[in-house]
Amino acid sequence: MIRFNQVYKRYPGGYEALKNVSFEIAEGEMIFLTGHSGAGKSTLLNLIAAIERPSTGSVVIKGQNVGSLKGGALPYLRRNLGLIFQDHKLLFDRSVFDNVMLPLQICGFDHRESDKRVRAALDKVGLLQREKANPIALSGGEQQRLCIARAIVNRPSILLADEPTGNLDMDYAADIMGIFKSFHQVGVTLLIASHDAGILRQFGARTLALKQGELQP
Amino acid sequence: MKNWLVQHVRVLLSTLRRLRATPVSSLLNILVIGIALSLPAGMYVLLQNVQSLAEQVAGAPQISVFLSMDASHDDIARIGRQLKQHEAVGQVEFVPREQALEQIKRTTGLTDVIGGLTQNPLPDAYVVYPKKLGSQALETLRDELQKWPKLEHVQLDSAWARKLEALLKFGRLAALILAVLLSFALVAVTFNTIRLQILTQRDEIEVSKLIGATNAFIRRPFLYFGLLQGLLGGVAAWLIIVISLLLLNGSLAGLVQLYASSFTLRPPSAGNTLTLLGFSAYLGWLGAWLSVAQHLWQTEPG
Repeated sequence: MIRFNQVYKRYPGGYEALKNVSFEIAEGEMIFLTGHSGAGKSTLLNLIAAIERPSTGSVVIKGQNVGSLKGGALPYLRRNLGLIFQDHKLLFDRSVFDNVMLPLQICGFDHRESDKRVRAALDKVGLLQREKANPIALSGGEQQRLCIARAIVNRPSILLADEPTGNLDMDYAADIMGIFKSFHQVGVTLLIASHDAGILRQFGARTLALKQGELQP
Repeated sequence: MKNWLVQHVRVLLSTLRRLRATPVSSLLNILVIGIALSLPAGMYVLLQNVQSLAEQVAGAPQISVFLSMDASHDDIARIGRQLKQHEAVGQVEFVPREQALEQIKRTTGLTDVIGGLTQNPLPDAYVVYPKKLGSQALETLRDELQKWPKLEHVQLDSAWARKLEALLKFGRLAALILAVLLSFALVAVTFNTIRLQILTQRDEIEVSKLIGATNAFIRRPFLYFGLLQGLLGGVAAWLIIVISLLLLNGSLAGLVQLYASSFTLRPPSAGNTLTLLGFSAYLGWLGAWLSVAQHLWQTEPG
């Protein structure tokens, strides 16, 4: 499903965020990506979503070499991915409902179908009662769940989460991990990056550990 | 197909809402575009009016052929026959010198002066109505007639109309240059308006791109905005022109009366109006497109 082949990512100035990273994730797997901040977790996720391109090596998703995709093909790759951002990237000029609606508008769903899907996604993360609220009025945990709802409303086959439990207390974090687990159970491929080893230990999933841009054995 | 249409309608509606959300700045932008466009377009409409006035006054062009004073009756008859047989000549009218003198007495009121003349200074003349009215054809005919014997002078009566035509051509060129320059200004105005909008909607654009929006999707609302703003600017320009013409007509009425003529400035024709609106909408679209293209280009993944 996701394959990295000797991937390097160098930034102008010579800094190497990723060094010789190779791994493979099978369909339906749930993987944890760990490491200190600055170890290259976000860069790795960015390479999968083609937000950045590898300097050398190849990133292959569903048989497509993402690094060499033309700009016009990127949107269709990203529609297959659910992205959960560290900083949420919610839009505060519209309601909770409309935030989740955005991916469906982009894909051109018709009104009735998309309304249904938005409510289903909000229901799954427990925000159905807040659909008319502005995201700014939500707590940190709720904002994170809203971000998850937006990522899954499109029913992507791959879900990438960057520090989804970042600033949350244990209860909220466990809550969110529970949500991820339910996606895993319906066959979604998950890649969850977190520096918080404690929360990950509770789940017996395969772990990829990054240290200074290198994958630890 | 239906979905595609629904999307476009939705974008159009939200564009209208955005225009209405900032009424003052929208109105000012539209006014700037309208005023900028009304200058060359108004100039063009005025020139068009002057031209139609010139055509009204000039009527069909004719060539006056003045014969030499020493031309005999035979010469006169021969030239008349030759003129009638000439393929470029439609009608020929003979004006004897006596009749010409009578005419001058009647129309100018110089009876006393003319009465004092001991002999008629006017030559016999033919008035020739050519078949073809193009200025090229007229000149060719005049040049040819000039070479005939026993002819004193051949006068192309539409010469002044041609001078006016040249002047109008000059004016139209000036209007065109003005239009080109102001078009750039319009594109710049829209470019900047859209750039500001992009800045305020940066987050939305970024998020949309991250979750799979195509560039066309990102562009669409801005293109609609530019198009609509340009179109409304065109409407403003049209209103400015029409209202100005109405005002001018009011004061022109007094002036025209002095010349005992009925002449009113006509508003731009339907075709010209459509051209104006289409052009201004296109310029708005172009400015928006350039603006978004620049932003998208800057945010391509490295």
